[in-house]
Amino acid sequence: MNHPTKPLASSRFRGDPENLSTIVPTDPTARRVPPFGGFNATVLRLELKRMLRNRRTIIFTLIFPAAMFFAFGGTSGSQARVGSGNVSAYIMVSMALYGAALTAAAGGAMVALERSLGWSRQLRLTPLNPVAYILVKALVALVMGAIAVAVVNIAGIVQGQPEMPLHAWIACALVTLVCTLTFAALGVFVGYVVPGENAMQILGPGLALMSFLGGVFIPLTAGSAVWHVAVFTPMYGVAEVARSPLTHDLPWYALVNAVAWFLVFVAGAAWRMSKDTARV
Amino acid sequence: MTVQMESASGRTTGVPVPVPAVRLTGVTKDFGSVHAVRGVDLVLEPGEVVAFLGPNGAGKTTTIDMILGLSRPTSGSAEVFGMEPRRAIARGLVAAVMQTGGLLKDLSVRETVEYTASLFADTRPVDEVLASAGIATIADRKVAKCSGGEQQRLRFAMALLSDPALLLLDEPTTGMDVEGRRAFWGAIRRDAQLGRTVLFATHYLEEADQYADRIILVSNGRVVADGSGNEIKALAAGRTVRATLRGADTTALSTLGGVDRVEVRGDQVYVHAKDSDAVARYLLTQTDARDLEIVARGLEEAFLTLTGGPDDEGGQP
Repeated sequence: MNHPTKPLASSRFRGDPENLSTIVPTDPTARRVPPFGGFNATVLRLELKRMLRNRRTIIFTLIFPAAMFFAFGGTSGSQARVGSGNVSAYIMVSMALYGAALTAAAGGAMVALERSLGWSRQLRLTPLNPVAYILVKALVALVMGAIAVAVVNIAGIVQGQPEMPLHAWIACALVTLVCTLTFAALGVFVGYVVPGENAMQILGPGLALMSFLGGVFIPLTAGSAVWHVAVFTPMYGVAEVARSPLTHDLPWYALVNAVAWFLVFVAGAAWRMSKDTARV
Repeated sequence: MTVQMESASGRTTGVPVPVPAVRLTGVTKDFGSVHAVRGVDLVLEPGEVVAFLGPNGAGKTTTIDMILGLSRPTSGSAEVFGMEPRRAIARGLVAAVMQTGGLLKDLSVRETVEYTASLFADTRPVDEVLASAGIATIADRKVAKCSGGEQQRLRFAMALLSDPALLLLDEPTTGMDVEGRRAFWGAIRRDAQLGRTVLFATHYLEEADQYADRIILVSNGRVVADGSGNEIKALAAGRTVRATLRGADTTALSTLGGVDRVEVRGDQVYVHAKDSDAVARYLLTQTDARDLEIVARGLEEAFLTLTGGPDDEGGQP
């Protein structure tokens, strides 16, 4: 388009000469280091803004899970008792988990995308500490996960069918948030294996499939053929864990499943990241 | 070297900085069995504009990465303003402009500058930086919708936010037209007058000669020449006398005054000499040489001789 015929930086100095001294890099030791390794509210705000204006993120992580809840949560038998609540509550927790998992995976995939764009390299030329960077990303993932969980819960309140004690309601939401860390790691892992913006195209349907297999969308019948496969899939464990405050039922193999897949995805993400250090 | 010392001492303002902007001591860098950098010693004084000149794969980028603290030397040490590169970066003393990448497409121009500014302890105001980089009018445009030139301006805005004392540029004027290039270097030179050190990597000899106080020629991971543009040119002084001569007496030719090198390729003899007249006179009067030709040795050829010559002891990795 319009080529720079004007100097790129010629007029960058303040016009008045008396101000020139302030821009002179004088004593290097007089320079300050930012507090908290560069961690600050502006970065958090901009990172959240980026997530919230990504149309695909909004549709798949916020609208889709709520729609799924309306589709599945109002079916007959939703008033049947489960643990200290009803089936509708059970479905609501499942859908919230699905939405939060998708959000976390999208956030994880973004880390890999940023790296391939050279943004991570750019950040390393600033005072931003890598730990502060990870903290920002984790906080953004948690906030987005919380929004995803909140949207499904609000859908539940609006619909009026879910029923469980308040403490179970809160406990389920918090445990769901913790469980999403597994999928943040999965997102980083897949983001590295499938570079660019294609990662979400794999993660989206992939997570949907895992959710079907893991009993997030349709309840599994213990002992059935599908169940024998399902207990080994990544969504099964976290779904059981996330619903346990409601169901008061947590089989040991579900817990093992949740921890094992978390470790597998973290290891996978770490492995791909370490392979990528040749040129940050 | 003398040129930039003068300009450094002629700085109008600022406390004298006792430490060099960059000091590399015996720096090497290996990638597995590949020796990318084979021992570089380098001191850049504040206010110098230095060209890092060399062909692709010479080790320019690897060396710059070590100055930026993006990678660690295999041996030797890299210091920026007397400190470890990471510490200098944390103080906003160092900035770099890369040729491509390094931008998020889903942020606007202003957001990108705000984001970067928020990471430093002290920066110039965002609006001021946007205005001076000439991107204030497109501040609300998404980076993805910016042209290559606009993205490059944005990268400069980001680099100049913290008012760095050392600026590293990787092939900075690629894609700029002649006018833009001149204006760009005018600005860079003015900054240098105020004490900013600039190191730019290039493989354009002409650009290095025109805009740098000092040219550092690298090849095969080593510094093969270091001096002012004129000094580098002096290396290239002289001409090549070529003639058809069977059984040339190379020893006699070599002993002629001002002869640098004698080469024989078949029945062709090539004599590289400062005094081409003497060589031509000798060949035409004392030998059977015919078909004689005298060619000036350009900077380009000196560059090739220095960076990729057959007598380069480094060889290929």
